[in-house]
Amino acid sequence: MKGYLRKDGQKGIRNVIVVTYLVECAHHVAEEIVRETDSSHLPVHLIGFGGCAPNAYAQWVMERLCTHPNVGGVVIVSLGCENFLRDQLLQVVKESGREGAMIVIQEEGGTSASIRKGVEAARAMIPVVQAVPKVELHWQDLCIGTVCGGSDACSGITANPAVGLAFNRLVDAGATCIFEEPGELIGCEAMLRQRGITPEVGQQLYDCIHKADIYYKKMGHDSFSQGNAEGGLTTIEEKSLGSYAKSGNRPIQGLIRPGEIPVTNGLYMMDVVPDGEARWGFPNVSDTAEIVEMAASGCHLVLYTTGSGSVAGAAIAPVIKVCSNPLTYERMSEDMDVNAGRIITEGASLEDVSDELILLIEHVADGQRTKSEALGHREFFLGYKEFCR
Amino acid sequence: MKLISLNRIDNVAVALCDLQAGQEVTLADGSVLTLRDDIAFGHKVAVRSIDEGEKVLKYGLPIGSATRNIEAGGLVHEHNLKSDYVWSI
Repeated sequence: MKGYLRKDGQKGIRNVIVVTYLVECAHHVAEEIVRETDSSHLPVHLIGFGGCAPNAYAQWVMERLCTHPNVGGVVIVSLGCENFLRDQLLQVVKESGREGAMIVIQEEGGTSASIRKGVEAARAMIPVVQAVPKVELHWQDLCIGTVCGGSDACSGITANPAVGLAFNRLVDAGATCIFEEPGELIGCEAMLRQRGITPEVGQQLYDCIHKADIYYKKMGHDSFSQGNAEGGLTTIEEKSLGSYAKSGNRPIQGLIRPGEIPVTNGLYMMDVVPDGEARWGFPNVSDTAEIVEMAASGCHLVLYTTGSGSVAGAAIAPVIKVCSNPLTYERMSEDMDVNAGRIITEGASLEDVSDELILLIEHVADGQRTKSEALGHREFFLGYKEFCR
Repeated sequence: MKLISLNRIDNVAVALCDLQAGQEVTLADGSVLTLRDDIAFGHKVAVRSIDEGEKVLKYGLPIGSATRNIEAGGLVHEHNLKSDYVWSI
């Protein structure tokens, strides 16, 4: 495997420029800059934060995304009067050794001038980002996340346990792996507590599920959807055990919040549920929000298991879709990277699917495009949250 | 194989294809089960009778309790299975 060596020592598996808007009002200008500069030689991805009111979480996540190992340059698009700390963001980007430019629409004199200047800035970066050296990439350099979406009764018997086996092998090979989501693990608290590398970590894992339980209750909801029931799942415990299977069975090194980068290799759990009073709405409004948080914690790529069939990819971090359901795979194979449903239809073993996954991860890390990348998917969502730090 | 059992102590199995009421299916232990309901792909069927209040087991772990008596071969879903998870507050 080969990766892109950044000046801060990180190694990326992709080499992209991101254009980020810091408030919804700057979205169109940012989008036009992407439209005019994106190419297959050097992809330019659109990301952004829609809110005007300040949010420390969004600031932190955005700073981590703009210094992600897969990112070589950043064009920041600000309207001018929003509360996002744009100078701080630019400084973080530049201190990381990445290319950085900022367009302030109110200072440029409006839409057209801002687009023009943004396009110039992005074009000026392209040769510099293209010249980033490629170096040998090892499993120890890689961070891999996993999320699930559109789960059904197949997820817990095919794709999720297959990802769990792959996680065991990745962790054993020295990689860093991250799973989540406490709201989907309600009912698994006692098992998680036993897997902490220390009793303290075990207790943190337990407490984080307890917090999620309270939070979701206050929201008047849990992560169980009507789609889950239509797929054959009946209770939250049943769904949680199916989701839990993705984590494999290696010891858990720690609990991280979105945007925190794991300090060692090994397996980590991400706590995505805000701290304090439930006042920011649902912890994750969509699977894309979860993938974005995984990328913000340094994931080079994300394994996305799906039963009823998601088509989503993501900006910055490639997404490998692992389809649990053979009927879904048949209907939507264009969007699916791995057919874990062959465990059902062909009698394949979980080990067979995890072998396929490891090989594919190696190829994707080495530059092979995933299905969602080839189809142009670059979903992105970043909302409001609050964490105690 | 038409049904998959995830743990030998489970009292439910998962349909690997759409199954019809009246159909006979062979279980992992070789015994034959006659289905009482249509069981859609991915849905659960009781592989033995389950009493009201009894734990429903999948992965060898409880996924809730039966809210009524369920006969072997019957569909197990929202109409006869409820979560036992006790919310923290």
